[in-house]
Formats: sequence, C-alpha cells, structure tokens
Amino acid sequence: MNITSPDFKENARIALKDVGLQKALGNVKTGFPHKRATAMERLPEFDQLRDEARDLKNHIIEHLDLYLEAFEAKVLENGGHVHWCRTSEEAQKTILKICQEKNAKTVTKGKSMVTEEINLNEYLEANGVTPVETDLGEYILQLRGEHPSHIIAPAIHLNLEDVSETFHSHHHKPKSMDPAVLMQEAREELRNKFVAADVGITGANFLVAETGSSIIVTNEGNGDLTQILPKTHIVVTSIEKVVPTLEDMTLFLRLLARSATGQEFTVYNTLSTGPRQEGDQDGPEDYHVVLVDNGRSEMIASELREMLRCIRCAACMNHCPVYGAVGGHSYGWVYPGPMGSVLTPQMIGIEKGALLPNASTFCGKCESVCPVRIPLPKLMRYWRRNEFEKHLTPKTSRWGLGIWGFFAKRPALYRQLSKLSNATLRALSRKQARISKLPLARGWTEHRDMPAPSGKTFMQLWADKQQGQNKPQSEHYS
Amino acid sequence: MNTYKNQPVVGLFITCLADLYRPEVGFATIQLLEDAGCKVEVPSQQTCCGQPAFNTGDFKQSAAIARQTIEAFDGYQYVVAPSGSCISMLHHYPELFDEKDPWKKRAEDLKARAFEITSFLVDVLQHSLSPSTFNSSITYHDSCSGLRELGIKDQPRQLLTQVEGVEIKEMQESETCCGFGGTFCVKYPDISNRMVGNKTHNIVDAGATTLLGGDLGCLLNMAGKLQREGHDVDVRHVVEVLAGMTDQPALGETKSTVKAG
Ligand code: SF4
Repeated sequence: MNITSPDFKENARIALKDVGLQKALGNVKTGFPHKRATAMERLPEFDQLRDEARDLKNHIIEHLDLYLEAFEAKVLENGGHVHWCRTSEEAQKTILKICQEKNAKTVTKGKSMVTEEINLNEYLEANGVTPVETDLGEYILQLRGEHPSHIIAPAIHLNLEDVSETFHSHHHKPKSMDPAVLMQEAREELRNKFVAADVGITGANFLVAETGSSIIVTNEGNGDLTQILPKTHIVVTSIEKVVPTLEDMTLFLRLLARSATGQEFTVYNTLSTGPRQEGDQDGPEDYHVVLVDNGRSEMIASELREMLRCIRCAACMNHCPVYGAVGGHSYGWVYPGPMGSVLTPQMIGIEKGALLPNASTFCGKCESVCPVRIPLPKLMRYWRRNEFEKHLTPKTSRWGLGIWGFFAKRPALYRQLSKLSNATLRALSRKQARISKLPLARGWTEHRDMPAPSGKTFMQLWADKQQGQNKPQSEHYS
Repeated sequence: MNTYKNQPVVGLFITCLADLYRPEVGFATIQLLEDAGCKVEVPSQQTCCGQPAFNTGDFKQSAAIARQTIEAFDGYQYVVAPSGSCISMLHHYPELFDEKDPWKKRAEDLKARAFEITSFLVDVLQHSLSPSTFNSSITYHDSCSGLRELGIKDQPRQLLTQVEGVEIKEMQESETCCGFGGTFCVKYPDISNRMVGNKTHNIVDAGATTLLGGDLGCLLNMAGKLQREGHDVDVRHVVEVLAGMTDQPALGETKSTVKAG
C-alpha cells in the first residue's frame, strides 16, 4: 500500500474540495454520533462500564504474556495452530505458506484491519493467491482498487451513485440505484466465491484466553460463511485483542456495539473455537491463529501503552471534526482519525507520520467518547514531543517557538513585545478595528479577518491605572 | 492560605490574548472578582501559560515557563483567568515534572488554586452577580478545553441568566470545536477554515445578536470568520456582559451596537 501520510496537507486540501466525498462525510457526522448518544442514554451504567473496561484492559496489558500463552495453550488443545509474527513480513509469509500448503487458489476474507495493516491482499495476489473480500464495503472497495477510509465502515467515503457505477461496470448488469438490488447483486457474485474458496481469512474482535476462541462481530453474516465453508480458517489478528474470559468479552461487546454503531448488540457475534470436532456439522478442518505484533510489544514499554486498550470501535473518528472534514484517506495509511494519528507514527515511523498527530486542535472530543478512555490528545502530544526531540519539527516552527520562548521567559521584555505587537496590529487596522490581510499570518487572513486590539495592552493600562491611583503594586500579601 | 482583611486574594492571570487584544476582558474580570469580595492583584512576573510550547512538544521550554508562572503566583490563594484553555494548561503543569522533582508538588499546588473565571464565581465563591442589563439575544460557544478539561458548561449560562435582558438562543453543536486550536489554525488553514465555517453556519442559524464565549482565541477566530462572511453578529467575551462592561465595541467592530443598561 502506498503511504501518503507525508502528504496529509495536500490530501486534505483535495478532500475538502471533493464534492462527493463531502456529501458522504456529512452522513458520518450526523449518523454515528447521534446513534451512539441514543444508545448511551438507554444504558445509564455506560460510563461505569467504560471505567471497568479501561481497568480490565490495563490489567490485561500488564499480564499480556500470560493471557496470550493461556490462549495459545487452549487453541492447541482444541486442535488448532498458533503462529507468532513479529512483523508484517513474517505474518505475510506465514499466511502464504498455509495457503500454499493447501494449494489455495482463492481465499475469502472477512473484514479485517490487521490484514490491511500487513498489506496482505497485495502480497497474496503477487504470489498467485486471489483474495476475495466478502464484507460488502470491502467488496466494493476491492472492485474499485481502493483501501478502507474508516475502520468499521470501510466505504463510508462513497455515495450510492459510486456503488451503482462500480457494480454496473463490474457485474455487467443494468444500472440500479436501489440498495436492495445492489445488495442482491453482490450476494449473487459472492455466493460462488464462498463455495469455491480454499481458505477463509477473518480478523478477530477479541480472543478469549479461557476457551481459546476468537470472535468476530458483523452485521452482514459474511464472516460466518468465510470461516465455516472453506476447509481452512485463518484468524489474522493482533496480540492486544486477548481477554481473559467469555464474560469479560461480553463487557467489551456491549461497549463496542454501542460506541461503534449505536446498536445494543451487533447482529452476528460469531465465535470460533478450533477446527471441526467430532459430531460438528460444519466448520473448517484446519484452524490457524496468526498473532501479529508489529510494534505493539514495544508500545507496552512506552508512553503509548494506553493505546493498546483500543477496541477499534471508531467512535473517535466518528466524532472528530478533522476526520469529518477530510475523511479517512487523507491520513494516508491504514488507520485514520485520532486513533490512527497515534498508531500510524508507531507503525510507519514518526518521520513519515508526523503530520497526523499534529493535525488536531486537541479539542478532546475523541477522548470524551472513547469506550476505554484512551487519552488520545495526550498520546498525540507524545508524538509531537518525540518529533521535537528528534529535531523533526519544521524549522520555521522551531525558530518561532525559540524566539517566542526567549521573550516568554523574560517578563519585562515580554511586556515590550506585547506592546509592540499591539501597536503594530492597531496601526495596520487603520482604525477599521480589523485587518483583512496580514502577511505574517496568511493562514489566518486568507480565510478570515483578524480583529484588531481594542486599545493598549492590558498591562499598559493596568500600570497606568496603578500609577494614577499612586500606589505601588505590591506583589504579595501575607 | 493568604487572605487580606478576610478577603480572598486572587492573582489575575491575564492571558496573552486578553493582554494583547482585549484589555476590557481583564478589567471586567477584575470587576467581577472585586464585586464578589476578592482582593485582586496582577503579578508582574507572569507571561504566557506555555501552551504553544507544550502542544508543539517542547517540554523543556514548557517546564521553564511553568516554573516562572508557579513563582509568579506563589502566595496567592487563587489564580483566576478569563480563559478555560490557559487554566487547563496550568492544570497540565504537574505532567512536566518527575515525581522526585520538588517543582511537581508546587505545580500540583498551583493546579489546586487555578480557576477559570465563570467556574470560580459559580463553583468556588457561589456568587450572585451585581445587577446589570444587556438587552440582546446571545448564543454561547463552549470552548473545548474549558468544557472537556474543566467541566465548564452550566456556569456561564447560570451567570448569564442573572443579567437583565439576556435571552439565550442555543446554537446546534455548541460543543464542537471552532477550529482555532492555537497554532493549528495557521498550520492547517484549510481544515481550520472548514471547521470555523461550520461553526459560523450554526451561529448564524441560532439567530442571536451576540455570540459569547469564554476563550479569546476561539472568539477571535469566529469573529474574524463572521466578519469575513459579512454576518452581523457581535462577538464578545462573556465577562464583558457579566460585568456590565459592554460600552466598548464588540471584537473587530468600530462601534458598539448593543449597550448595557
Ligand atoms: S481509540 Fe477509543 S474511540 Fe478510537 S477506535 Fe479505539 S477504542 Fe474506539
């Protein structure tokens, strides 16, 4: 996948002018937040559950090795296989090897962001295995040669017209604008692929240490067919997804559905616990779990540790005014929005990802809706600090900050600087009380006026007043 | 803690923007505090709260400024500012020092004493305003730091209902960021422009004569956009109305339209 995170600003500029995209983004803004708010209202203990979930996740991360090993032991006991992969490359190779051992020509895929993260589709294709996305959104994107722009609604950047056009050109059927007809078309196309697939690949929303199960939640049921029909089922997931017990899992399921789509429960909650057992009517003969690390264990020991609590609900991006303005593709890699602004620099490097954690006003809305209370602004600030300490912050910012800091640490000089700026701004306003062009602040005045100061600085006026009252200003009382 | 003839002694943290752009905000804050029975001083060793450095990731510089601010406000029973954003920054100071650093304790101590003005009047002093009049419909923007870091939502509204003549017309999405974000607005001008454009749309829709808020950064941003778009909405800091100091023109205006009674 082509990484365009370093071009975030340019991506954003184009996105802001894209009429279709802006129309589609309008639906994110009004749809998801409203549904979440309604679901929250109906569950008075929602905030208490968030605290519990945060604490439980912290506990899990603290003992991650223990729970992962317990999970592995159970999977083996159930007759499955577990593969530990440190990097994307290791994961790609592992998955390809399983496919090749099965002589797989096509694999069906349920929706999985981790497979995006490890760029699995391109890799499989380059090695003669055809991946077929079965989630409707992902299927549309695969036909269009695009990547998801959202972690739970991958094709949210598209409008009905786009889908209609795409299906028309790929399915060679009459063009339709009826969602039900389009859905039916996709179903028919996919049905044969489900049956023909040699391997089914799904992600996992959670892994349960107690039972060795993985669970996926979907609203389409495509995941079920993906993992039941083929002879081999590969779960591709990441190490932080493990939870101790089935009961713990239900706590997260309640939070996940409400935070993500405002549903009380997702429609399909499908558990897989190893290969088909004797007496089972269906299920795969072979069951593999590929556990991807990809920088996560490094995060445990860093200030980003709290990010590992993320359950990928997308509430942070659904409520983010920056995401709402520019959409997911502007972020230039797999994970968009606030959670992506924290994860991306970790996975592609701060050198390439630095613009993302900077693209936030720190309005704090993301943190306020996160079901596991991840302090996203604080973690984005961590990256800014990292960037600053590595001298990656743009020179103009550094110099500006240096000069400003010089004055800010010298109160008397700072007074003089304020006085000078104040007088300059007032002079520039030519008694109009506002300035419409300010060469040094083009970013501001290109789009808005700059109100001019209404008089001298407060400190000047205050000093005048104190003098007028002829009493020295004392500093302290005791 | 220090008091003066049994009055609470408050150190005013003026904030860079009030100092530079709108001295009236400082004087209105002082008047509100004095009306509420406080003794107010303006420590001369204060400058900026350090937020620009903090949010750019320059923690060393932020810590140096934090130490200076802590010293400047040593000995004051309370530190009050007409800004949720700057007070939130003061609340971040403890993060800048290690556990073992003696400054950590001093930062915690400052944090416990630092309040935004409307929250100070309502939550700490539980004060009722002196009678004043402002014959205008207003709409209120909830600035992000004040709202989400300090829990400021009802306080300004509660105070505004005590002002004769004020009619509150809430806008849609009053809690959505206006796109200012400190240096964000010049680093990402296109995105910031979209955000402030959404905001002015909601402001105009609310149909109020005056927009009020508690943070000058956001107010300058919204005032500048409203003016560029040619809308006739006055923009003021909430303390001007609460203190009955609305004789001076609104932000970026040459004459005053709505007068205090
Ligand atoms: S960071 Fe929080 S809100 Fe965002 S996707 Fe993860 S869990 Fe959901």
